[in-house]
Amino acid sequence: MSSVSGSEFLRRVKDEIAEVDPSEVAQVLGEGVPVIDVRESDEVELGKLPGAVHVPRGYLESRIDGVVPDRSQRIILYCASGNRSALAARTLVQDLGFEHVESMTGGMTLWKDRGYEVEVPRTLTADQRQRYSRHLLLPEVGPDGQQKLLDAKVLLLGAGGLGSPTALYLAAAGVGKLGIVDDDVVDVTNLQRQVIHTTSRVGVPKVDSAEITIKDLNPDVQVVKYQARLDSSNIMEIIEGWDIIVDGVDNFPTRYLLNDATVRLGIPVVSAAILGFEGQLSVFKPHDGPCYRCLFRQPPPAELAPSCGANGVLGVLPGTMGLLQATEVVKLILDVGDPLIGRLLMYDALSATFTELKVRRDPECPICSRDPHDIDDSEMGVFPDYEAFCAAAG
Amino acid sequence: MATIRIPPVLRPSVGGEREVSADGSTVGEVLRALASAHPETGSQLFGADGDLNRYVNVYLNDEDVRVLEGLETPVGGSDSVVILPAMAGGG
Repeated sequence: MSSVSGSEFLRRVKDEIAEVDPSEVAQVLGEGVPVIDVRESDEVELGKLPGAVHVPRGYLESRIDGVVPDRSQRIILYCASGNRSALAARTLVQDLGFEHVESMTGGMTLWKDRGYEVEVPRTLTADQRQRYSRHLLLPEVGPDGQQKLLDAKVLLLGAGGLGSPTALYLAAAGVGKLGIVDDDVVDVTNLQRQVIHTTSRVGVPKVDSAEITIKDLNPDVQVVKYQARLDSSNIMEIIEGWDIIVDGVDNFPTRYLLNDATVRLGIPVVSAAILGFEGQLSVFKPHDGPCYRCLFRQPPPAELAPSCGANGVLGVLPGTMGLLQATEVVKLILDVGDPLIGRLLMYDALSATFTELKVRRDPECPICSRDPHDIDDSEMGVFPDYEAFCAAAG
Repeated sequence: MATIRIPPVLRPSVGGEREVSADGSTVGEVLRALASAHPETGSQLFGADGDLNRYVNVYLNDEDVRVLEGLETPVGGSDSVVILPAMAGGG
């Protein structure tokens, strides 16, 4: 075998393969032609072509079938300057039988010089890879799922019994932005169950107390505080832009108001309620399933709707229900499993039983059967006998 | 006899029981049997017109009787009737 210089070898390889100019790649980008970045991970982290798939040249033969199973599919390869992608193109054509492979001339360097768009892939930091390592080991989460969690915006209504455990676990899971709406201050009677607060913070606004615990648990989490009581004057402003809302409010008017506002804005609600030794849980995803009004057309009269303040609640019960809420939130963010849409889960702590009931969309629902744009501000949160209900409830 | 699951808010009206049994071949008959045995539950379940109050959801096993035959839905001896009131406690 005659010896040949590396540069001569590359020149011969480039004669054998097809090359494509960046201007042509820019035109076909995003139109279904697989564009494969064959560089190493540390190079790709600094930026790649938008939508390009990363397959390092060293793994090309073993991974290409998973990326492009069809041998007749057109493929564009690129690297930093066009040499490694030329070698990779030769391999795909000569050794693996791909029919239409091109190597981008000049690689990433020429692409950038010409001023074309560069996408900087988001990667977990070393700290994040450690912190979330048990998530990263799960195929259902992995780096992409963790990134989804970090990008997620979840609004918690109430930092009380349900909101406390939910906030703690969502923060621990790395949900990147947590909003908390609560106008109350920490009271010593809360501490039997509201585990995000502490004895030393009695008298402190709950939103501030919750933020302290969350930040201490996971500094990745951005906390947005609303020290306010949700009502018709502020609800649209507060809830707009959040991905998911966790409902743990303690009264019916706000639950109906929340339902109507979230149906208008298309925001899913993970809803739970507790009393005594029992809890209810469901996920209301507007237009994919029933809404709160489909399930409960009308709230019960005040004498049949006692609050925890009046009737008591087992301290651990909001923990159980709040964590079921947190689990549903994580599932919605990751888009895994079967969310509790169209189902109501009832938990009876004394008998240690779960009962599941079907919840149907009401074709005559006064809210979710209509075009969301047709729902007027004045209709939100209103239900038959609303004024009498609120007067009786004080 | 069908089993009726009593929600917490109605338990004081049935002597604190979590479940009671009642005779009847339809959901309506079973609930009326409950109301006659425990009169306080009657006004909580039924309106003046004899229909279920709108704020009371009733399920036969796991299905809302509204999508079955309402109070006329047939009930077997092994069936469970669930009375579900809305709750709003947040703890």
